[in-house]
Amino acid sequence: MNFDFDRIAIDDVSRHFGRRRALSRVSLRVHAGEVVGLLGPNGAGKSTLLAILATLLAPSAGTVRYGDRVAREIGPDLRSRLGLLAHDLHLYPELTARENLLFFARLYGVSRPGAAVEASLARAGLTERAGESVTGYSRGMRQRLALERALIHEPRLLLLDEPFTGLDDASTAALVSRLKGLRDEGRLVVLATHDLDVAEGLLDRAAVLRDGRLVAFEVAGDRLRERYRAHLERN
Amino acid sequence: MKRLFAPLVVVLMVMFTAAPLMIAWAPCEATMGLVQKIFYFHVPSAMMMFLSAFVCGVASVAYLFKGRPAADRLACAAGELVVVFGAIVLVTGPLWARKSWGVWWQWDARLTSTLLMWMIFLAYLLVRKYGGPGSEKLGAAMALFGTANVPFVYISVNIWRTVHPTTNVIPLLPPQMKGPLWFSAAAFLLLYLLILAVRVRLEERRAELEHAYLLAEEI
Amino acid sequence: MFLRVAWLVMRKDLTIEVRSREILYTTAFFAVSCVLVFAFALVKEGRPLEDAAAGILWIAIAFAGTLALGRTFERERHAETLRALMLAPTSRPAIYLGKLLGIIALLAVVEAVLVPLVGLLFHAPFGARPFMMLALLATGTLGFSAVGTLFAAMLVRARSRDVLLPVLLYPITIPVIIAGVRGTAALLEPVPDIALAGMWLSILTFFDVVFVTLSLWTFEPLMTE
Repeated sequence: MNFDFDRIAIDDVSRHFGRRRALSRVSLRVHAGEVVGLLGPNGAGKSTLLAILATLLAPSAGTVRYGDRVAREIGPDLRSRLGLLAHDLHLYPELTARENLLFFARLYGVSRPGAAVEASLARAGLTERAGESVTGYSRGMRQRLALERALIHEPRLLLLDEPFTGLDDASTAALVSRLKGLRDEGRLVVLATHDLDVAEGLLDRAAVLRDGRLVAFEVAGDRLRERYRAHLERN
Repeated sequence: MKRLFAPLVVVLMVMFTAAPLMIAWAPCEATMGLVQKIFYFHVPSAMMMFLSAFVCGVASVAYLFKGRPAADRLACAAGELVVVFGAIVLVTGPLWARKSWGVWWQWDARLTSTLLMWMIFLAYLLVRKYGGPGSEKLGAAMALFGTANVPFVYISVNIWRTVHPTTNVIPLLPPQMKGPLWFSAAAFLLLYLLILAVRVRLEERRAELEHAYLLAEEI
Repeated sequence: MFLRVAWLVMRKDLTIEVRSREILYTTAFFAVSCVLVFAFALVKEGRPLEDAAAGILWIAIAFAGTLALGRTFERERHAETLRALMLAPTSRPAIYLGKLLGIIALLAVVEAVLVPLVGLLFHAPFGARPFMMLALLATGTLGFSAVGTLFAAMLVRARSRDVLLPVLLYPITIPVIIAGVRGTAALLEPVPDIALAGMWLSILTFFDVVFVTLSLWTFEPLMTE
């Protein structure tokens, strides 16, 4: 598992489902050490783009390069460098937090899974309740656990789909600081979100999507909300 | 191929017009009489059904592993024709059986195997229609598994039947019957290929329409 | 590596099942209900129809199996965990194999209940030739489960998946049912026909080899878009 990359090049990617065009000729560049946000209304294509980056969907046209190579050239090893946190949290409710993490750690080939799992539980603040089954957890706890699950194999690229949904302020702040920490470690973070308040404080760059098209891609900075609205109205 | 289409239709019409003459000229079978002549429709239909199942299976493999939409269109058309020709076999069979032996259905090995294959491809059509998006791949798996199942269906049904002996359905063919049979088979083959071509063309048009919709959205 | 992943997946499924026992209890209960329904349909004046036992056993296994398959994959659909499995950096057919082994283990437990029950209610000496009987059950269950696991997995994201699973599964697995029933019936004869049962056993084995191979081969293209 020696493959690694420090940038992604999305070139002219389109994806349609039958008659419906979900993405239309989107081009982006993402580099290590930055948090890129995918903003846009529902149905804009954010989830589709994330799924393509996660190699769960193939583009109908265009290419995605990890480093210099396309997913097919790299093979299954690519998946060891990707982490996905979707809206459905990918956790087995009947298993405990520890068992969930252990299962995924072993499945993803983490060396010394036991130690890695304990470290993750500590980071998520779940060590005391690690022996309880996940059904008893609050949304925030599950989110923290799911994030650790997505990161257990130390992926280079972390993809998050609406991670702030249903979180209270404390959990949101914790997640923001965690993501910033990951960025500072040199990872690539791409997240789709509706929450512009959070986005303003977190994103380095923002890509605005509408009806499958990329209408803007720029540095986030302040007054993101106004500029976002302006982009959407103009198009 | 397109230029051949019209002349081939003419050839087909000639063949089907000549068929009744050929069939009437063939000798009447001793025990069953006139009814046996349904055999000239029954057997070629069965041949076309199995040919179509094979085409569907191969096209499905091509679609599943190479992703070529043309393969999927061919599989779709061939799958429908399995059900069509299968229906002909399953209607003519009992009609023949009823007149010959007094019962509509006798669990004859060949007819039962045909029924099973027919059900498999009927399920193929159901999953294509009701499976939602991505159902082409689901159908392809069904067609592949169905085609791979042919030997098993045939063997298991045959052994299931022969342990309890029963009357043989197809009597030995006297040579005078072979001519009309091969003529009918050729006519049915031509019919099959022409219908298949038309159906594939319909699917191609549908794909062109979808593509046009997609392009229209770009504007 | 391949086997390790399959083992991991299977162990995870069995852990969940041992803890909740939901699929096990509901499937076993359903199988027993099936048998009772058949009993009322096919037992006349206290005497079961000849050869009914073999048929009833295999039909109950098929129905129960379909239920178990549906539920197992519904679990994976619940939090989209199947996606997480597909994202693992491993050979994907290994995941199929893990799921298959889990289903077989589950059905083995259900059959351990069904066989004595059917034997009891229908006066069928299933224990007369235990090894042969076990071989038939094993190969038959494997064949049914191999095709069933593949179909249930590929239907996870489909519409109408509950009804489509039996629609697709039963026609393909009819040779398994025929072989299982006739093989079992051969063993239940007053003088068990070992040769005939052996022949059905070889048909089942051949079916298993072909369809497990086909399933492993087609799993990845079917599960990816």
